Amino acid sequence: MSDLSTMPILTILTFLPLAGALVLLFVPRQREALIRWFTLVLTLAVFLLSLPLFTAFDGANPGFQFEENRSWIPSAGIGYHLGVDGISLLMVMLTAFLTPLVILSSWRSVTKKVKEYMIMFLVLETAMLGVFLSLDMVLFYLFWEGMLIPMYFIIGVWGGERRLYAAIKFFLFTMFGGVLMLVAILVLYFMHGGQSGLYTFDYLALSQMLIASKSQVWLFFAFGIAFAIKVPMFPFHTWLPDAHVEAPTGGSVILAGILLKMGTYGFLRFCIPLFPTAAQQYGWLIMLLAVIGIIYGALVSWVQPDLKKLVAFSSVSHLGFVMLGLFALTLQSVQGGLIQMVNHGLSTGALFLLVGMIYERRHTRLIADFGGLARQMPVFVTFFLIITLSSIGLPGLNGFVGEFMILLGTFEVNRLLAVLATTGVILSAVYMLTMFQRVNFGKLDKPENQELKDLNGREIATLVPIVLLCLWIGLYPSTFLHKSEAAAQKLLDEYRSKQDKIALIEEMSASQTNVINPK
Amino acid sequence: MFDLVWLIPLFPLLGLIINALTGWKSAGVRPGVIASAAVGLSFAAAVALFFELLRLPAADRLVEVPLFKWIAAGALSTEIAFQIDPLSMVMILVVTGVSFIIHIYAIGYMHGDRGFNRFFIFLNLFVFAMLILVTANNFLMMFIGWEGVGLCSYLLIGFWYQDDYNAYAGRKAFVVNRIGDFGFLLAIFLIYATFRTLDFTEVFSQAAAMPIGAGVLTAIALLLFVGAAGKSAQLPLYVWLPDAMAGPTPVSALIHAATMVTAGVYMVARANVIYTLAPTAAAVVAIVGALTALYAATIGLTQFDIKRVLAYSTISQLGYMFIGVGVGAFAAGIFHLMTHAFFKALLFMAAGSVMHAMSNQTDMRIMGGLRTKMPRTFWTMLIGTLAIAGIPGFSGFFSKDEILWQAWSGAHGAPWLWLIGAVAAALTTFYMFRLIFMTFFGTLRADDKTAHHLHESPGVMTWPLIILAVLSLIGGYVGIPAVLGGSNHFEHFLAPVFAASAELRGVAAHGGAEGHATGHSLELLLMGIVLVLVLFSLWLAWRYYGRKSDLPARTAARLGGAYRLVFNKYYVDEFYDAVIARPLHRISESALWRFIDVRIIDGSINGTAALIGAGARALSALQTGVVQNYALAFVFGVIALLVYLFV
Repeated sequence: MSDLSTMPILTILTFLPLAGALVLLFVPRQREALIRWFTLVLTLAVFLLSLPLFTAFDGANPGFQFEENRSWIPSAGIGYHLGVDGISLLMVMLTAFLTPLVILSSWRSVTKKVKEYMIMFLVLETAMLGVFLSLDMVLFYLFWEGMLIPMYFIIGVWGGERRLYAAIKFFLFTMFGGVLMLVAILVLYFMHGGQSGLYTFDYLALSQMLIASKSQVWLFFAFGIAFAIKVPMFPFHTWLPDAHVEAPTGGSVILAGILLKMGTYGFLRFCIPLFPTAAQQYGWLIMLLAVIGIIYGALVSWVQPDLKKLVAFSSVSHLGFVMLGLFALTLQSVQGGLIQMVNHGLSTGALFLLVGMIYERRHTRLIADFGGLARQMPVFVTFFLIITLSSIGLPGLNGFVGEFMILLGTFEVNRLLAVLATTGVILSAVYMLTMFQRVNFGKLDKPENQELKDLNGREIATLVPIVLLCLWIGLYPSTFLHKSEAAAQKLLDEYRSKQDKIALIEEMSASQTNVINPK
Repeated sequence: MFDLVWLIPLFPLLGLIINALTGWKSAGVRPGVIASAAVGLSFAAAVALFFELLRLPAADRLVEVPLFKWIAAGALSTEIAFQIDPLSMVMILVVTGVSFIIHIYAIGYMHGDRGFNRFFIFLNLFVFAMLILVTANNFLMMFIGWEGVGLCSYLLIGFWYQDDYNAYAGRKAFVVNRIGDFGFLLAIFLIYATFRTLDFTEVFSQAAAMPIGAGVLTAIALLLFVGAAGKSAQLPLYVWLPDAMAGPTPVSALIHAATMVTAGVYMVARANVIYTLAPTAAAVVAIVGALTALYAATIGLTQFDIKRVLAYSTISQLGYMFIGVGVGAFAAGIFHLMTHAFFKALLFMAAGSVMHAMSNQTDMRIMGGLRTKMPRTFWTMLIGTLAIAGIPGFSGFFSKDEILWQAWSGAHGAPWLWLIGAVAAALTTFYMFRLIFMTFFGTLRADDKTAHHLHESPGVMTWPLIILAVLSLIGGYVGIPAVLGGSNHFEHFLAPVFAASAELRGVAAHGGAEGHATGHSLELLLMGIVLVLVLFSLWLAWRYYGRKSDLPARTAARLGGAYRLVFNKYYVDEFYDAVIARPLHRISESALWRFIDVRIIDGSINGTAALIGAGARALSALQTGVVQNYALAFVFGVIALLVYLFV
């Protein structure tokens, strides 16, 4: 690996999967083995490429690194601007890490239209990486909406019985948010233009703007609703169980692992730094909804008869923790929220993989159809146990690190909400262990289950990397926390200083303008 | 040498890794031997460390060994770091020593079980987690061990997972413990918010500068005690422990009697400075301990399952320990923790030996007369019983007496606390001798098949019993109180750990403070009263159960409803189920999920979608394609506009 700074590493990373998808177009569809191997090797290459990015990334530098900034459509102020900071780095790594595992998990389960399936995932990977790396609002929006299309097809084509309903629901929910966001982006664009004469969609320029607190509120919610749907936050979550239940395993893993994180990432990247006054003003609302989500998601998860629905509702609960951490806006809670985004991607991703593995064997997801699997599939149950423990936040595994930091940080800001959120620690044990018991313990009394085969080498190879990473984060989180601490600190510093500036200016000026000139 | 303290938890970790990687194929006892050897090495290292610690001057016996930074962000910085002081040293020795003996016993007890290897992996994992718990130098690392032992408890209670009840019992244990952990976590948050650190040394030295009765200290102490009550099965969170008996008996001996369940007592003793400064919280600890001691003892009187009697006995004895640490007699609480580890592990393993002989049956009503069939088990169990009953000379006598005396005279003691403790001591003697008489005396009441299989357990099981019997006999002599002419080495050894508390209370660090004559004569008087009570109970147990008699049935009938209430454990499980668990499930299912989620939220969204669809259809009806209609609409529109503009 030569010097990373001379290489457009982010462009290569982002577009390598898309290039692969283009190559696949010319591979005859009958060559399924070749298509699978090609996709696997390619996504692995993306992951390997992301490793030097991770090691070369300077955690002490709070700003964007490996930036690439070229003009694209200069007349409209649209640029091709990529960059990675401590906040997006972990998301990029997670995407690059999970995608090859998803390809591996689809090895046998996807037999219909293999070529298209693989193309969809490659396109999706480009879009996901693009979302996390874009520093231009138009570019960001293109990737954001572009991601919808492959996901729509993944659910709609390779999904379960009610796949069309779920796909359309997913599409409409996200589109609705997307349109709001687009309007808000245009407003920002014109505000900046009107204020400085420079019409640009560049994130760095826009994020320097000081926006009057009244306007902030509208913009905050326009972005916020788009992201809240994506997270999903209570009460915008009802598309998620349907999408998960109908999506194929690979789709669920990516959906839970990465796509949901775009919502939380969006709050962190746009809502908090661009609209700090509104974030401060309405932070309580987000935190309240987050806590409701934690408890509500857990309780509803508890009573689900369907494994995938259970995991889907548990996501509502877990992402409630993330949102709580982000909006508690202390260093500990934000760092906890960031690491919890990774944790949720790992543990929930792995849960969907595991559910997929038994679904492949039994073609049912109903908890009641299982029981006593521990006897028949000890390897499967061992992985299941570790992931379950990671999901309920057992110290020593990844989930605890995130939850602890979030709750500790929140406790500094709002004790009541922190106490309520901490009940999630009890509830997660209730719903996860109840499910775990019903699936794996008890008598192996169903004849269909008595013939079940334990995991094969490929399936084990899919899970081992995740388990190792869960242990790594659980035992030595510094590797990851170090990378994001400076960026998180900068986010908080700017959040406060910007708020102060705006308050000061608004106090001094009696003018009614929406936009305040920074200089 | 101190730098190598990490070796102590490392050995069981290595043991479990070796077994996890290589043990699945081995058919013999190899995994058991590896696991036992691992814990044996830990014990050896612990003994070496103990002598190393003794070499230091008493005031310097606090060594901290940091390994690496764990969770850190900004001001928050927690480490994986060990703390060796007399208190953790006692715990390390008890944990590794008793674990080692039980591991060996388990080789015999679990022999031939399908999950032999899995059993020893979990057991080693437990020892590892327990050692992390007692060697941590900060609250957060302690929490790793705390939840880690809870996990092992869960896994081992549900070890025979094919029986749904076992799996349920394991889950119940985990969930109830999580309720306790909820309190522990909040305590950690509050500690951090107050002191900006989670290190023991730092927290306690800062706390020592705060005024007695500071609200935040009381809150921290109470929250910590919620955690302790969960782990150590105190009212109202004790409900998981009786069900935990579903696990294999070595597990009951190790985890649910000797070590894990005492973690709460350790925690209070560790945080002694905080409790000394929060007298209200300390009083709560003592009162809850006393009530639990009495409450669980009454249930113990009526149970027929040999392991359940011991389980309620454990809850009761843990209550004793909390009386001790609650009234400020931290050393006495830890002393009882140690002797209890010896005799209760012994009692459980002897019960296991009985079950082994009785084809795994646990109902004492079908036992009887086993004295002659399994003499080693009988004699060792008798020694354990004499110890727990507090017969003079046995270990339990010294530790129990110490607690009772402190309950009367200690910093937060009160005569009525002593009285509850004394009554509980009498009840303990009664139910323990009831157990002995029903099991080992009289005639065997089992069926022929069971009777035919009766046998004394093999040496690999009885030798551990004998070792523990010796410890139960002599274990108390390290702490002979001054009143009986001893010098209480145990208390002296621990004194530096509790020195700050003693200083805060303004009394001398060691317990011999009450060395004046009136104190002595009162102490002897109280000791005598308890002894009379205990001997009377023993005689009563003999009257009821020592020979064939209808006295128990008659008494039960006479007590009627009261007996049924106690026999059914005061219906507490049923109460929790009816008031908390089931309603919550019902609300989650019908109100939250089916109503709010499906009907309200999703219903309104689908409704909106349907409305939009219908609206679109209605609007599309307007698109008739007939030009006249459009023209008409246009005309109306223009008229409306004109009206709006000019009227």
